[in-house]
Order: sequence, then C-alpha cells, then structure tokens
Amino acid sequence: MAFDIGLVTLVLGVAAWTIGARETFAAVVGFVAYGLLLALVWVRLAAPDVAMTEAALGSGLTGGLLLGASTRLARTDGPAAIEKPSAIMRLAAAVLCTLVSAGLAALVLLMLEPAPTLAPRAMANIAATGLSNPVTAVLMAYRAIDTLLETVVLLLALVGVWSLARDRVWGGLPGPYHRADPHGLLTFTAQILVPIGILIGIYIFWVGSVAPGGEFQGATVLAAMWIIASMAGLVDAPPVTRRWLRLALIAGPALFFAIGLAGFAIAGGFLAYPESHAKLLILMIEVPVTLSIATTLALLVAGPPERAPAR
Amino acid sequence: MSSALDVLTILSVSTGAFFFLAGTVGLLRFPDALSRLHALTKADNLGLGLVVLGLLFQAEGFPVALKLVGVWLLALLAGATVTQLIAHIARMRGSTM
Repeated sequence: MAFDIGLVTLVLGVAAWTIGARETFAAVVGFVAYGLLLALVWVRLAAPDVAMTEAALGSGLTGGLLLGASTRLARTDGPAAIEKPSAIMRLAAAVLCTLVSAGLAALVLLMLEPAPTLAPRAMANIAATGLSNPVTAVLMAYRAIDTLLETVVLLLALVGVWSLARDRVWGGLPGPYHRADPHGLLTFTAQILVPIGILIGIYIFWVGSVAPGGEFQGATVLAAMWIIASMAGLVDAPPVTRRWLRLALIAGPALFFAIGLAGFAIAGGFLAYPESHAKLLILMIEVPVTLSIATTLALLVAGPPERAPAR
Repeated sequence: MSSALDVLTILSVSTGAFFFLAGTVGLLRFPDALSRLHALTKADNLGLGLVVLGLLFQAEGFPVALKLVGVWLLALLAGATVTQLIAHIARMRGSTM
C-alpha cells in the first residue's frame, strides 16, 4: 500500500513536471521517465503484457520519436518560450482539462462493483485458439480485427511521415546519416548489444503465446536494435523505394488480411480459424506481422527521406 | 536453510538500496556533470548488482538466475555506454551542465 501511494505520487509528480517543463528536450526526458513509471503501475495492476507494451512502445519508441522531433524543433524553442497564449485560450484549456479530469474521476468513482468482465468467457474458450496467454488470445483470435487495423494504422503513420519528404529527395534514404567512430564506444556497444537484442526480441515475440510478450513488444525491441546499429553507422537505411522494403512493410497486414478472408471458406467467417489449425494460422500471421511492425517502427524513427538516392 | 538465504537476500538488497540512495544524493549534490555521472554509475553498477545478487538467493531454478544476471550485465553495458556518451558531450561543451 505504501509502495503504491509512493508510486502514484511519483507518477503524478513526473507528469506535472513534464507538462510544466518549458524546454522541449526536458519535457521529452520527463515523458520517458513517466512512461517507465507507468509500466511499473501496470505491473502493480497485474497486467505485465500492458506493462511491457508501455515500456517498449509508450516510453521507449515514442520517446525516441519525440526526441527526434525535439531535435528538429530545437531552433524554435526560444521563440516558443516567449510566446504566451491569450487569456481566453488559457481559460478554455483550463476548463477543458478540468472537464476531462472530472469526467474520468466520475467514471472511476461510479464504476460498477464488481466491474463487468469478459475474462471468464475468454478463459473458457482459450483451448480453441491453441494459445495459453489470454492476452494474446484476445489480440490474435477474439479481437483479431483490432490488431489487423492497428498494423494498418502503423503503415498509414509511416506514409504520413514519408509524405513530409522534399520532392528532390523523394525515393532517397530516410533520416540523416550517422557518422560514428568505427573504433568508438557506440560501435563497440552496438556490436555486442544488437545480437543479444535480436535474440531477446525474437524470444519476446515467441513466448507471447504462453506468457506475457507478443509481436508488438518483440518488434519494438527488434526495431530498437536496428536504430542502435544505424546510429553506430553499422547499417544505413535503404532508399524508401526499394521493392523488398515495401514488401517487408506490407507482408504482415497483407497476410493477416488474406488469412482473415480465407476464414470465410475454412471456418465460416472473417478472421475465423478452424479449431484444429488455429495455432498454426496464428503463428503464420504473427511472424510476418512482427517483421512488418519492426520495419515500420524503425523507419518511423528514421524519419522522412532526407538524402537523395545514389545514382 | 531457507531463512539463512532470506537473511543473505535482505542484507544484499539493503546494501544495494543504500548504493542507490548514495548515488541519488550524489546526483543531486555533486557540483558538475562528470562527478554526477560518477555517482550515478555507482548506483547502476553496484546497487543493481547487489539487488540482483540478493534476488539470486530466491531464484527458482537456473534459467531465472541466468535472466537476472543477464539483466544486470545489460544494464552495465547500457549504463557504461550512455555515461561515456554524456561525459563526451559534457567535455566538448566544457560547461558544468
């Protein structure tokens, strides 16, 4: 109990500090710390799957994206700090924030006891999916359509980032080139860490069928390894027009969709699996989905094309 | 036997927690970036190492113990790298940050 109160106080403190920070970079650092603390909160709520997703995606990868954004915005930091919104704007923001907070508080206070839950039904039918981690069963079987749409949303986000490229560098290489000392520390770390990280990423993905883990968390670790290797100058992103790159990006959602359509013929519904082959089909979806998510996330962090392709 | 292991765990984790506390005090009190980094790495390396050592006495089986040690080694690698990178920037700027 004392630990939980301490944790909540810390989370609220870091959240307030992040909002109050005037410098973009400081705010991003606060946001990353906030995400890691939030992951601890999820662990305390006995939701390790959510905790891992929060730590990997919510804090780590989003933190990386925001760091990139803050670097790009560094020049505007000074003028932005001087700018003061008008009194009406500040009043409107305060009223809206109070309304949202009050609404959330009311929801929590008026919540039914015990809360309505589908958990018993999810557990009752889990044998049919061939999985034993109920969270993965929800993501890949009961609510597979949500997961399919999530993979598509990620692709759309990448299309949005790429559309920011200038015309003359279109088809070029994403992000800046990272020059690192080949005998330097970053290269050394990347050489040790990346093989271990790839192993951990595949493990997190693989263990998802029986224990906390899954393709989103595993793919985030894989994407992070690519980012470290590229920061150390060991690999460079391919031009965004490469055919194999595009195939890697759409393989997951495309196969997901194809197997979903096949469900009409073999199991009588979109995204339905025949009971005898449920686990095999889920695995056939998960492998390319992990690959596609990892590629998409890595390219999201790399940013829009900035360098013209070599002729 | 198990109570002897419990005592070892409590001793080791408490010592680890002390290093985290000392590292945090150093981070807040030391005058410049390099000495603050110095304080921080003690918390990461020794503090986490002692906490992991304490938890090893409670580990159920070899694979769990191996994962715990793996966590510590990865934290060591990441900590050492990030510290050096920050120190490099601090020296280039020549300021007390």
